[in-house]
Amino acid sequence: MTATDPNLTETAVTISVNGNDVAVPAGSSILDACTAAGIDTPTICYAENLTPVNACRVCVVEVENSRTLVPSCSRTAEEGMVVQTDSDRVRHSRKMVLEFLGSGVDLSQADEIAPWMETYGADPTRFGDDVETMNESVRIEDDLYVRDYDKCVLCYKCVEACGDDAQHTFAISMSGRGFGARIATEFDVTLPESACVYCGNCVAVCPTNALQFKTEFDLRKADNWREEDQSVTQTVCSYCGVGCNLELHTQDERIVKVTSPNDHSVTSGHLCIKGRFGWQYVHAGADD
Amino acid sequence: MPDLHLTEDRASVAESAAIDQTLADLGVTPAIVVETERVVRGGVHRKNERRHALLPCLHALQTESGWISRGGTNYIAEKLNIPPAEIYGVASFYEMFRVDEAPGHDDDVVHVCVDSPCLQYAEAKIAELTAAGKHVHRSPCLGQCDRATADHGPALFIQGRGAENSVPSDDATGLWDLPQKHEFGITLLKNVGRIDPTSLDAYVGAGGYKALAKAFGMGADQVIEEVTTAGLMGRGGAAFPTGIKWRGVAAESGTKHIVVNADESEPGTFKDRTIMENDPFALIEAMTIAGFATGAQKGWIYIRGEYPLATLRLQNAIDEARAAGFVGDGIARSSFNFDIEIRRGAGAYICGEETALFNSLEGFRGEPRQKPPFPTTNGLFDQPTAINNPETLLNVLPIVLDGGEAYKALGTEGSSGYKLFCLSGDVATPGTYEVTFGPTLREVLELAGGVQGTLRAVLLGGAAGSFVGPDALDMPLTMEATRAAGASLGSGVVMAFNDTTDFSAVCIRIAEFFRNESCGQCVPCRVGAVRQHEVLVRTAGAQLNGEVTLLNDIDQAMKDASICGLGHTASTAVLSAIELGLI
Ligand SMILES: Cc1cc2nc3c(=O)[nH]c(=O)nc-3n(C[C@H](O)[C@H](O)[C@H](O)COP(=O)(O)O)c2cc1C
Ligand code: SF4
Ligand code: SF4
Ligand code: SF4
Ligand code: FES
Repeated sequence: MTATDPNLTETAVTISVNGNDVAVPAGSSILDACTAAGIDTPTICYAENLTPVNACRVCVVEVENSRTLVPSCSRTAEEGMVVQTDSDRVRHSRKMVLEFLGSGVDLSQADEIAPWMETYGADPTRFGDDVETMNESVRIEDDLYVRDYDKCVLCYKCVEACGDDAQHTFAISMSGRGFGARIATEFDVTLPESACVYCGNCVAVCPTNALQFKTEFDLRKADNWREEDQSVTQTVCSYCGVGCNLELHTQDERIVKVTSPNDHSVTSGHLCIKGRFGWQYVHAGADD
Repeated sequence: MPDLHLTEDRASVAESAAIDQTLADLGVTPAIVVETERVVRGGVHRKNERRHALLPCLHALQTESGWISRGGTNYIAEKLNIPPAEIYGVASFYEMFRVDEAPGHDDDVVHVCVDSPCLQYAEAKIAELTAAGKHVHRSPCLGQCDRATADHGPALFIQGRGAENSVPSDDATGLWDLPQKHEFGITLLKNVGRIDPTSLDAYVGAGGYKALAKAFGMGADQVIEEVTTAGLMGRGGAAFPTGIKWRGVAAESGTKHIVVNADESEPGTFKDRTIMENDPFALIEAMTIAGFATGAQKGWIYIRGEYPLATLRLQNAIDEARAAGFVGDGIARSSFNFDIEIRRGAGAYICGEETALFNSLEGFRGEPRQKPPFPTTNGLFDQPTAINNPETLLNVLPIVLDGGEAYKALGTEGSSGYKLFCLSGDVATPGTYEVTFGPTLREVLELAGGVQGTLRAVLLGGAAGSFVGPDALDMPLTMEATRAAGASLGSGVVMAFNDTTDFSAVCIRIAEFFRNESCGQCVPCRVGAVRQHEVLVRTAGAQLNGEVTLLNDIDQAMKDASICGLGHTASTAVLSAIELGLI
C-alpha cells in the first residue's frame, strides 16, 4: 500500500508529521504518511508485500497522547494525529533496537540496516564482549539455498512468506520463546524432510541474508560476490502461463539469483521453484 | 490450506487414543477451514474451527508420552489440520511441553519454584530431589508463595507422566484454614474455609446465586450501570475500569465472550488460587452475570497449568451448576444462554497478558497482539470480548447485591471497594488477606502478623512492580497513593524482605524471570531483558557505577518501544532496587 494509492479510497486523512500536515488516503499507515512527507523511516520487519507484524520496533514514532511509542508500519493514520519522527525518545529507541540487534546477531550482510546504524550512532559493542548471541552455525541442506540463523533478526518475514502471505506451505514457524526463539521446521528437521517446496520466497524477503541462495553463498565464500558488477535483466517466466516477471541477476554472464519485483501485480515478489531456481538450463552447455 | 506434509513418524496407539479422547471431551467436530482476517500480529489468519483444541491435545500427548512426540504431533496435525511446523512452534513456546528427544520422558517432572520468596529454599531442595533421582525443572513462581517457609521449603508442582498433575501440599479434602479471621468482616473471602467448595447446595445455602437473580431482575444495562457507579477497577494489574470495558462489549453485536484471566503467574500472586480453590461457584456466578450484562454467550476460564486443584474445583462447580440449570441454555429458567469452558495454560507468564491469552487459547503461540484494536471489539477469535481477573469478577457480586452507590462509598475517593493482598516473604503468617481500600502498608503487613526481623524493603505488585522502603510504611495501599509514590498495586503482591536478604540475588532472579518469560516477539524486550540480566550478573554484589546509565538506557527503550506490558515493566523492580540502594 502506498500513500497515493488511488484505488484505496476517495477519502483522505490529514495528520501532522514533525509539524507539517500530510494528507493520505484513509487506511494508510503512519509509515505511508511519513513516506509521503518525504521522511525516511528505518524498517526491518516491514515489507510492502507482507502483512505488518510490528516486531522489530525500529520504525517507532511518537504519537501525541500515546503513553508509549507507536510502530509506524502497522498503525493506521487517524485524522488529526500528531506525530514526531525525530524526537529524543524516538531516536533513543531506534538506536537501542539497532544496538540490541547488532549485539546478538551477525549483521555483516544486512545491507539495508547498516546505513541506519550510522544515522542513529548505534554502538552494538556497548554491552560488552561477554553477551549472549544467536550462536548458530550455517545449515547447508541442499543446492538451492542456505540458512545461517546467526544472521537472523527474527523478523517473521520468511514465516509470513512461507505461510499466509504468499506460499501457504507453512514449512517453517517461529519456535521457542524469548531469546531462544528461532525459525524452525517441525522438530528442526532438515528442509528436504520438511514441507518446503523450494519456492525461495523466504529467501527473497529475508532482510539480513540469513537466508541466501546457494549461488550467492558459494560466491561469497570464494570472496567473489561482486554486487557492483552484477546486472539485472527483466524477463517473463517461460514455464507456465501465469506470467510472472523475473529479474535475472547476473555476474560474469552467469545467473546468480532470481527475484521478482515486489510491486508486480501477479507475483508481489513471490515465485515458485521453477521461476526461482529452474534456470540452470540457461547455462547448459556453457560450462563445457 | 494446503495438504499437510508430514514426516513418517506415527503416533502410538496410546497417543492417538489420548488425543481422540480429548477431542471427544471437547466435542470438537470435523475440520471446517475458513479463511478470515487475522489480528494475530496484525495479519491475515486462518481461523480453524478446531484449532482451539490444540492446547488440550498437546496436554494429552505430554501426559501420555512425557513429551510432544513426533508421531503424536503428526496425529494432531491430521486431526486438527494444522501444519506440523506450527504445532512445533506452539509446543516449544510452553514450559510444560517438552519437544526434545532426550531421555527421561518416563518420569514425573518436579517443578521447583525459584522465585522469591521460594528462592532462598530452592537450591537445597533441587539438590535433594536431584540426589533422589528425580527429574527437576526450575520453575518461575508457582503461585504458592504463602507456603514458602523454612519448614515447607519452596513451592512444588508435579507434572505427571501417565498421571494427573499435582501439588504435594494441596489438600483436596476438608476446609481450608483461611489465615484471616472471618470476624474481621470480610466480603470477597466470606465463603473461603467456611463452606464446602465442592457443593452447589452449600453455596446456595450461603446466599449463592442471589446476585444472579437480582441481576436478571434489574436487566443487563442496569448491571453495567451499577458496576460503573461502583468505580470497580480491574484487579489483574492494569486497574482498568470494569464498567467501561463491559459497556464497550455490550455495544457490540454478534458472538461475544467472557474470558476469565486465571493465568495468575505474576511472581508473588496467589489470591486467585485462593478464590478458585475455595469458592469456585462464586466465580462461576460472577462470570455468568458478566455474560448477562454484556450479552456474551460464551464463557472461558483460562487457568494456569500449574493449578490442578483449582482446575478440579472449577470443573466440578461448572458440572454441578450445569446440572442444576445455572450453566448452559436457559439459565435459571430465563431465556439467557451461557456456557463455560475451562482451558489450561501450559506454563508461560506472558499468557496472562490478555491478547497473548487469546492467541494461546486459539491454538497459536502466546504472543501478545499490538493494540489497538482492543479486546472489547477484537478479542477471542477476533470477536468482542470482556476479559477480567477472577478477583475483579468476585467484586461484582456485592456490587449487584448492595448497589453501586453502596460499593462506591467503601474505601477511598480513588479506590473503592474490597481488595485482596497476597502477603508473603518475611511476615509471620503469609496468605491472602482482604481489606476495604484504605489501610496503610504497615496495617496490611500487620494483618499477616507483622514483619519478621527488621524490614528492609517491600516488593509491591510483583516482579512487574517495584520495591518500596520502610519509609513507605504509612502509605495507604490505594491506587492513588501508590501511583503518587511512583509504585503500583499491580496484582496485589505485598512481599516483605528483612535486612538479612541478599538483594543482589533477588534482583538477578527478577531479571532472569523476565529474560525467560519474554515471548521473544519484539526486539526491545527479547534482547533488552537479556542485556539487563547480563549487567546484573556481571556486577553481582559489586558497585554498579557506570552500568546504571546502561540499565536506564535499556529500560527507556523497553518502556517506550516494546509491544506489551511485560517489556514495559521488565526493569521497574530492578531500577527501584537501585534507587533504594538495595543493590
Ligand atoms: C505480562 C503480563 C501478565 C499478566 N498476567 C495476568 C494474570 O496472570 N492475570 C490477570 O488477571 N491479568 C494479567 N495481566 C493483565 C491482563 O492483561 C489484563 O489487563 C487483565 O486480565 C484484565 O482484567 P481486569 O480488568 O479484571 O484486571 C497481565 C498483563 C501482562 C502485561
Ligand atoms: S522455500 Fe518456500 S516453501 Fe520452502 S521454507 Fe522458504 S518459503 Fe517455505
Ligand atoms: S531468517 Fe531472515 S526473514 Fe526469517 S526471521 Fe530471520 S531475518 Fe527474518
Ligand atoms: S514486550 Fe516482550 S513479552 Fe511483550 S510482545 Fe514484546 S517480546 Fe513479547
Ligand atoms: S518495521 Fe515497524 S516494527 Fe518492524
